[in-house]
Amino acid sequence: MAPVAPRTGDAVFANVERVNAELFTLTYGAIVRQLLTDLEEVEEVNKQLDQMGYNIGIRLIDEFLAKSNVTRCVDFKETAEVIAKVGFKMFLGVTASVTNWDADGTSCSLVLEDNPLVDFVELPDTCQGLYYCNILSGVIRGALEMVSMKTEVTWIRDMLRGDDAYELRVKLLKQVPEEYPYKDDE
Amino acid sequence: MGREVAESCVDSVVIEMVSAYCSRLYSTHPEIAARRIEAIGFQVGHQLSERYTMERPRFSDHLEAIKFICKDFWSELFKKQVDNLKTNHRGTFVLQDNRFRWLTRVSYDPTPANSDVSPASDPSQVVDKAAQATSMHLYFPCGIIRGALTNLGIPCAVSADISNLPACSFVVRIKV
Repeated sequence: MAPVAPRTGDAVFANVERVNAELFTLTYGAIVRQLLTDLEEVEEVNKQLDQMGYNIGIRLIDEFLAKSNVTRCVDFKETAEVIAKVGFKMFLGVTASVTNWDADGTSCSLVLEDNPLVDFVELPDTCQGLYYCNILSGVIRGALEMVSMKTEVTWIRDMLRGDDAYELRVKLLKQVPEEYPYKDDE
Repeated sequence: MGREVAESCVDSVVIEMVSAYCSRLYSTHPEIAARRIEAIGFQVGHQLSERYTMERPRFSDHLEAIKFICKDFWSELFKKQVDNLKTNHRGTFVLQDNRFRWLTRVSYDPTPANSDVSPASDPSQVVDKAAQATSMHLYFPCGIIRGALTNLGIPCAVSADISNLPACSFVVRIKV
């Protein structure tokens, strides 16, 4: 079968089943709110959101690969661009920009100016220390791990904390060589 | 149409929320997990019905409000209306969705095809487990309906019946 050309983020988003974002935003908000009540410690909520994101990411990568037709990225720079332009667009309907590369090309920032997770959200003073969007960093970490990249994803800027954008730092820790447990003829 | 996101975002977050509450936070207390999941749904339903009724006149009676849930509210959430509405005219309403979107991908196979299920295990227990897992996923939509109706001034209790998947019936009992 001839290889299928990779699709742009807009094209993929136009073709997936979509729902109105309010349901998503309010559902996520209600989850964070309930976790804050149940876990009490903001740090524990951050951890739980990250864990949820990770579990989502390890499944979402399959949907991403199946629907986007992206081909293997030649380097981490391309990976970051694909996450920002196709990944974010396909699921959240927004794109991120990739900036602030370090010298050896293993860490960069994904900057989001528009973020559907935080529509209607304001954090009270009691939630200082909460990374409200921590699920996103977990999703990226989980998804990349399934394509053999161990990463560390941290928040640098957060509009809910008064910054001017959302900035995620993605650092490639190591590339795990793929191991093929099967022989070709099996 | 306002802003949209991929449906898999909502699916993923809901599935993962249910699993976080059932397997990590309250794994030994399913009844507490169920209450928390319902509470999250309640909050969502409460806020959504507030938004979706902003430009409407007040509902004249319970039936009008229930019809709003069956038509407009359901369409916003699931892109279809409830298929059948029944009532006993004494405060109980049954809303049946013949293909409830959040259950269309739930498998419910009573024969344990999985080889690591030991043959000695009681098949009824396997069914119970599957039923319990499915019912955990229903506390969220039940909470949404209760939250929406409560916001419209109708305190009620909501339960779900899934004896014929993927059809699902929500039973609303209005408190008098």
